[in-house]
Amino acid sequence: MNNPYLPFEATVVERIQETPTIFTLRLKFCDSGECDFYFEPGQFNMLYLFGVGEVPISIVSDPKDQTCFDHTIRAVGRVTNAMSKLQAGDKVGVRGPYGRGWPLKEAEGKDIVLITGGLGCAPVSSVIRYVIRRREQFNHLVIMQGVKHRDDLIWQNQYDQWREIENTQVLLAASEDSGSDWPWYSGHVTSLMDNVEFNPNNSIAMMCGPEPMMNAAISPLTKRGLAERNIWLSMERNMQCAVGHCGHCQYGAKFICKDGPVFPFSDIKEYFGIKGY
Amino acid sequence: MNQRTLYKNDFDSLLKTLKLEGYHIIAPQVADNAIVYRELLNFSQLPLGVSDIQGRGKYALEVCGHNNWFAWANGPQALKPLLFSANEPLWSATQGEDKTIHFEQKLPEVKPTAVLGVRACDLAALALHDKHFLEREYVDPYYQQRRNSLLLIAVNCSHPSANCFCVSTGDGPFVQQAYDILLTELDDRFLISSGSEEGEKICRQLTLDDATETDLQREEDQQKTAIAVQKKSLPNVNIADSLQKKLNHPQWEVIAEKCLSCGNCTAVCPSCFCHKEIDQQSLDGENSLHSRHWDSCFSQEHGHIHGAHIREETSKQYRQWLTHKFSAWVEQYGKSGCVGCGRCISWCPAGIDVTEELSVLCDE
Repeated sequence: MNNPYLPFEATVVERIQETPTIFTLRLKFCDSGECDFYFEPGQFNMLYLFGVGEVPISIVSDPKDQTCFDHTIRAVGRVTNAMSKLQAGDKVGVRGPYGRGWPLKEAEGKDIVLITGGLGCAPVSSVIRYVIRRREQFNHLVIMQGVKHRDDLIWQNQYDQWREIENTQVLLAASEDSGSDWPWYSGHVTSLMDNVEFNPNNSIAMMCGPEPMMNAAISPLTKRGLAERNIWLSMERNMQCAVGHCGHCQYGAKFICKDGPVFPFSDIKEYFGIKGY
Repeated sequence: MNQRTLYKNDFDSLLKTLKLEGYHIIAPQVADNAIVYRELLNFSQLPLGVSDIQGRGKYALEVCGHNNWFAWANGPQALKPLLFSANEPLWSATQGEDKTIHFEQKLPEVKPTAVLGVRACDLAALALHDKHFLEREYVDPYYQQRRNSLLLIAVNCSHPSANCFCVSTGDGPFVQQAYDILLTELDDRFLISSGSEEGEKICRQLTLDDATETDLQREEDQQKTAIAVQKKSLPNVNIADSLQKKLNHPQWEVIAEKCLSCGNCTAVCPSCFCHKEIDQQSLDGENSLHSRHWDSCFSQEHGHIHGAHIREETSKQYRQWLTHKFSAWVEQYGKSGCVGCGRCISWCPAGIDVTEELSVLCDE
């Protein structure tokens, strides 16, 4: 009997320190025959650290890279702090992938607006890399990233490289004073919405970050004519089972773990922004 | 099978037959001042002559000396903990010397189990849990293992408590869901029918008479009475839709003034399924057990997310519980999560009555 709760053993192939608190683990299943592992950007795995516990972490690598998969993790809680001490060669447990990923097939041939807030929002960074690797399949690309302070901007060099790509717009913002040599916008990234170039009739927006930020980004998009079903959000709630059984992630009638974590705004707008859900 | 009769002085033959067929028997009995479902070792453990008194925040038993085994409404628990265990291991991890990790699932050891005395409300809740644990994207093997080993001997409810409102939810008092054997308790006999091949196999081994017209009339009268005594009911509106429009209603704060966030309502609710998963490492550090435990949307950790809390306030916890139970359930599983058993009213230390709160909330 297939047991959806049971993890598989995986090896840490590489550990990359992204910032003082953010690190990436490159993982590989120990027994490749054990799992038929195919994922989509936006999906997540449950990572288990021996004796400590499980946490849901989104997969940031490209589905084409079959042998390994990457998780970018911020050391913020009990389990992730302990995981930050992992080194290459260490073992973890992995089960997944879970949930619905980003609508990347649907986005082909369309303008793509990617909006992220906070510390290097991992679920959206997987989309950026996915689209750039298949640039010709998509139309105009907008990458927006808002941080509190410039030091929070991980992958700084990559933004500069992405800016050079044809038909690609990169908008960066830091809401706290980041010094006079900060070349980009000072303020909330959502204040830049009027500068975004996209065709409302042929676009998909995908966003991830604090809910007030996503909330602030939605109405400028809909005002310019983008349909609510074309605005996709990655949601986050307490998740423990990842298979729609434990009840913690319920958001109205949706289970964030299996119905999401990525939703079109039209599916969740009844509860979005209401404190307590 | 048609209704037949089993005389009360032959009642123990049912239990003997179940034992001969290899069943482990779980049946109602008096323990800790309540009717509870436990392993039945002896026929005399059944609650003969006992009845219950329930009210808001009140549950008591009285010995009446009558000749009935099932003249009571449900106690705090029935089927839920038998299938969805309050605490159970899911898997263990063992670390080898070279840091390898070996995972081993810990499926429960089950034996064929007959549960005697199951009520309509609990069968309705069981059908909801079957949907939740077995009939969606992922099958829960722990629940499934126990579910497959179960023989359900239902008893129509003749004595709803003052807190029962199963008529209003459409789930009782007489059984409507699948069962293996169904009993109706009359004065000197039971009406008995089978609802499955396994149930029929048991019934064939009993000495049964055909039911008379009088027996069937008495059963019908009993059902009428069990419907008539229920004074509580849900507001006669589309509660699921109505609650959606009441997310900012001032009543949530009024309820929060009374509610202690103790989670008793979620523990006794036969449909509540929330559980948390925890890890416990052995003292020698070589093994770690991953297990699950019932959780409640009234607990602080339920809405926890890296450093923040989604619903710290009692008003929001109660709203989460009530809107999930009566509104989100309908979208998730095609039916409200409330089966009208009234347990949340009896076992609430503050005496909060969910039917009254809904009347206020759903009042247009």
